[in-house]
Amino acid sequence: MALVEAEGVHVRFGDRVVLEEINLSVNEGELHGIMGPNGAGKTTFFNTLTGRVKPNRGRIRLDGADVAGLEPHAIARKGVARSFQIMTLFNDFTAQENVMVALPAFRARGFDMLRAVAGDSGLADEANEVLASVGLGAKSAISAKLLSYGERRALEIAVALAQRPRVLCLDEPTSGLGTDGTLRLAELIRSLKGKLTIVAVEHDMRFLFSLADRISVIHWGQVVARGTPRELQENPWVKRSNLGSFE
Amino acid sequence: MTGTASDARLITPTMLGAWLVLATVPLWISTIGLYPYIGVEILIWSIYALAFNLLLGTSGLPSFGHGAFFGIGAYAFGLTQFNVAANLWVALAGAMLAGALAGLLVGLFIAHRRGIYFALLTIAFGQIFWTISVKWHSVTGGEDGLLNIVRLPVNLGIASFDITDNERLYYFVLAAFAVVVVLMWRLVNSPYGRILSAIRQSEVRTAHLGYNVWAYKLSAIVISAAFSGLAGGLFAMAQRSAFPDVMNLAQSGLVVMMTLVGGGLVSFWGPVIGVIVFLIARDVIGAMTTGWMLYFGTMFVLLVLFRPEGIAGGFKLLVERWKARGTAPEALSSEPRSG
Ligand SMILES: Nc1ncnc2c1ncn2[C@@H]1O[C@H](COP(=O)(O)OP(=O)(O)OP(=O)(O)O)[C@@H](O)[C@H]1O
Ligand SMILES: [Mg+2]
Repeated sequence: MALVEAEGVHVRFGDRVVLEEINLSVNEGELHGIMGPNGAGKTTFFNTLTGRVKPNRGRIRLDGADVAGLEPHAIARKGVARSFQIMTLFNDFTAQENVMVALPAFRARGFDMLRAVAGDSGLADEANEVLASVGLGAKSAISAKLLSYGERRALEIAVALAQRPRVLCLDEPTSGLGTDGTLRLAELIRSLKGKLTIVAVEHDMRFLFSLADRISVIHWGQVVARGTPRELQENPWVKRSNLGSFE
Repeated sequence: MTGTASDARLITPTMLGAWLVLATVPLWISTIGLYPYIGVEILIWSIYALAFNLLLGTSGLPSFGHGAFFGIGAYAFGLTQFNVAANLWVALAGAMLAGALAGLLVGLFIAHRRGIYFALLTIAFGQIFWTISVKWHSVTGGEDGLLNIVRLPVNLGIASFDITDNERLYYFVLAAFAVVVVLMWRLVNSPYGRILSAIRQSEVRTAHLGYNVWAYKLSAIVISAAFSGLAGGLFAMAQRSAFPDVMNLAQSGLVVMMTLVGGGLVSFWGPVIGVIVFLIARDVIGAMTTGWMLYFGTMFVLLVLFRPEGIAGGFKLLVERWKARGTAPEALSSEPRSG
């Protein structure tokens, strides 16, 4: 059964239509890739899925329940986490603190004003575990703004993972990474496969085609092609497009 | 803002040191040409600035009309002692409650805003409250102010202390300051305080982590307004009166200036440092020239231009340099990439 289902999602800003009609479904445990040219509306689709943007029309169902138009925090609480194309970290926090505030255990005491965070080893341990899983185990005490670009990209994902999401939305996770970093990220994502549902917007074709179970191509505000990587390689639209090459 | 051992403490060595020094102030303040009352003012404004900085420094919410909450607390202190009960605790509770309610009212209109829109709305609300305080003569006394406010005795059940004398008042206000410092320190280092700080750094990300940003901002406004109200109540008691002028735009600007000059953006103690520097400068430079605000204003501009992290920030930097002396400056540049 589909865990995430977008049906006729239409988004416009003023009279500029960005999403004409998106129909897309993601099965539980699937890694679903989204590709499309610059400005196709991929990020806007994520924004709609996670509550940042309210769709003008259409439904977004999460596990059968309509979530379109809910606030971002409400959708996040239903188990949807996201990373950002433009890195959105807490720069004055350490890597550990970035991850810590994302933990459900932390969220559960968000209005606790009486206990100190420092010295709570339970939270710290849990945060360090998440950091270790993305290869930042040794960087826990370093301020996010002092991390290297690649480390910041990894932290961006760690914060989303710390939410223990059912659905993880990754917006161009490899953006700006070198070959090395991309390979490591692919490894990380492969290790997550099956454990949670992942929707990944990605420009790197080789990356996407090697990892995704299914891929949707968004163009002109619609899903113009969809299928498994194998099916899509034969798709004339994908062949014709200059989205990049893969062997 | 990394988690350190002192973040977890209820009372830190810095606090103890500060209280100790402050406790000796009445013993020597006259010998340096100042007077005990300036100590009272410093402590009251420090409470006010700490409360204000919960919004500006911790949550990143620029409130330029905070004088409203201070002023409302001042009036509420007087009105409570006249009309409810001539009891210090009741009157102070009244001041806090009035501040909190005003904060709630304003917060409902502005908690979904940020940045310049937030700032402009706080100015507008500040002006509204100021106008009300001037016009509502039957309650506030208008321009004449609310007079004959009494310094009520400190009733501790077993004993009661008179604080009509400035020196005694100073010690009472010092106790209030100590309590507020402990509460605020705990607050900013609690999970709640961390979320406020997260909101300052990225409201968007915080929301996508599942936090109702609006509710956090609203509650922070209420808490900040309540403690500003408390400061206002103490001020009314110290002055034995309440006037509209503490609510005007210029006065609201003072607390912003003090907090920034002191370094509230980077340090918990920044607002307190700013208050001390400002009030002493007012009295010392003010005694020499009537244009003292010109000098202070110039200093403010220079600081914001060249040292936006304020006095506390500059001090922090010096300490870091001092600690780092001798260690090779390499660590930052040559980190391996990972991802
Ligand atoms: N809040 C907004 N207001 C107005 N226009 C917007 C807004 N958000 C996005 N757009 C426009 O919608 C279009 C799609 O943007 P979007 O960021 O979703 O594209 P994208 O597919 O993610 O592109 P990229 O590959 O560059 O990341 C762009 O033309 C953009 O300018
Ligand atoms: Mg995008």
